[in-house]
Amino acid sequence: MADVIKTATREAYGKALVELGEKDESLIVMDADLAAATKTGMFKKAFPERFFDAGIAECNMVGVAAGLATTGHTVFASSFAMFLAGRAFEQVRNTIGYPHLNVKLGATHAGISVGEDGASHQCCEDIALMRTIPGMTIINPADDVEARAAVFAAAEYEGPVYLRFGRLAVPRFNDPDTYEFEIGKGIELAEGSDVTIVATGLMVNEAMIAKDMLKEEGISARVINIHTIKPIDKEIILKAAEETGAIVTAEEHSIIGGLGSAVTEVVCEGKPVPVVRVGVEDKFGGSGPAVEMLKIYGLCASNIVEKAKKAVSMK
Amino acid sequence: MDAVTKKQLQIKACTVRMGVIEGVFNAKSGHPGGSLSVADILTYLYFDHMNVDPKNPKDENRDRFVLSKGHTAPALYAVLANKGFFPVSEIKNLRKPGAMLQGHPSMNRTPGVDMSTGSLGQGISTAVGMALAGKLDKKDYRVYTVLGDGEIEEGQVWEAAMFAAAKGLDNLCAVVDNNNLQIDGSIAEVNSPYPIPEKFSAFGWNVIEIYGHSFDEIDAAFKAAAEFKGKPTAIIAKTVKGKGVSFMEDQCSWHGTAPNAEQYEQAMNELKAQLAELEA
Repeated sequence: MADVIKTATREAYGKALVELGEKDESLIVMDADLAAATKTGMFKKAFPERFFDAGIAECNMVGVAAGLATTGHTVFASSFAMFLAGRAFEQVRNTIGYPHLNVKLGATHAGISVGEDGASHQCCEDIALMRTIPGMTIINPADDVEARAAVFAAAEYEGPVYLRFGRLAVPRFNDPDTYEFEIGKGIELAEGSDVTIVATGLMVNEAMIAKDMLKEEGISARVINIHTIKPIDKEIILKAAEETGAIVTAEEHSIIGGLGSAVTEVVCEGKPVPVVRVGVEDKFGGSGPAVEMLKIYGLCASNIVEKAKKAVSMK
Repeated sequence: MDAVTKKQLQIKACTVRMGVIEGVFNAKSGHPGGSLSVADILTYLYFDHMNVDPKNPKDENRDRFVLSKGHTAPALYAVLANKGFFPVSEIKNLRKPGAMLQGHPSMNRTPGVDMSTGSLGQGISTAVGMALAGKLDKKDYRVYTVLGDGEIEEGQVWEAAMFAAAKGLDNLCAVVDNNNLQIDGSIAEVNSPYPIPEKFSAFGWNVIEIYGHSFDEIDAAFKAAAEFKGKPTAIIAKTVKGKGVSFMEDQCSWHGTAPNAEQYEQAMNELKAQLAELEA
């Protein structure tokens, strides 16, 4: 296998903002004293007059972003997922969600893969929180190619978008020359007939590894990448339920309220089949190297394989 | 301010107060106390000071207004209706299912409302964002926001105050409606934000103190704020909660209570008498 390119989705976010800034002179980027980590620092360097640092005051940043948006600007506001979706939840809900303003929330350092900083910074609740806000679009890209495309699509779209990025460098599996992104449209990455792995974010790559492992055991697994968790692609999920009869979800997020819940809701109401969830199992994270932490919390191909077999056995 | 203008504003403010009572009475809920305390300031802003056009409510060059103390929406609605943003008859539908006039301001439902508010402490941040955009876009518009004195107990207010001063947003003017009462009691008893002027000064704001029911003082303060360069201005307006309706004045209990039929009659009669006296 050729050398795999590994890039953090936050890196792609920063680069995409600079590209967008060149195309759209009205684009504004905000951060809350984490520009180096969220990678909005790249935009700050390129367009200092259109970058505003709110300092360590995320709630105010969200409100300022909303105010800027009322004047016709497209605004990207960034911080870690914990502080943007968590701390500023109510501000996002009331000043961006309720008036449906054109603010894009660029949340980085989502999930366990934050690593050594530990539980206080490992946000595994953000998708659940954002999903409850009417009209909020939620995108969780799987690699840098998808992240770039998602940022462009979000900028094009009129309305609030929550973009979820990771700290950890993850393998690129999408081809930048042919990759096509559409908000709300899931992508079937592999055909299969016995079970479907519905994955999002960095778990998509693990799902592809799990698919190969399952094949060796004679189980044919379909793999679907759900980059847009809201609005979710019901069609691709129900088709998979119908055709494969069992589903495993995989996400770097709590099993409560995230992709697993969203898929379960769709399946239960449309085509009831067994759904088994892989994710953070109602626990807080902890300190440790990101890759090790992912394994410890079961966010890996081997756990997907185990859960896939369980789902198949429940048919 | 000349006597004629002052008289006209006093008449208009009295009409606005009647709109507040009308709306809250018909809704059987709402917040009359703080609506009445802020009525003179809002009347002045919309009828004498701000550059707004009811025929073009989204004009990109208009002055902006954010009612950070969103629960006093009845006053804003009465002002906007009397200014011609929508029919005065809408006031009777306040808080009814599907109504244009929601319990708290909603920018996507109500013409003339520049920002959805209601959750305290958040409106000022959005006003700061509007002012920041004005500077960035080199526009001449000004941005106004009104906060409750209890509202400034919210930490976000001070995040916004710090940021606005740091960015030198002299196109921003925040008013604190200092009626001295919040739901659970006097603001000093609950969690004192006093001294208010000193706090805004310390955060780098230009501060003006006025009596918020004197149109002369209101006029002088907003004109001085518009002239002041380099810092945002905070106008700390001493007001009377429930102002204009005798039995509601300075009464905590009228923060969020609607009048019954008898109280409604009495309130309207008092306001009608004030109006008749002004028009005499």
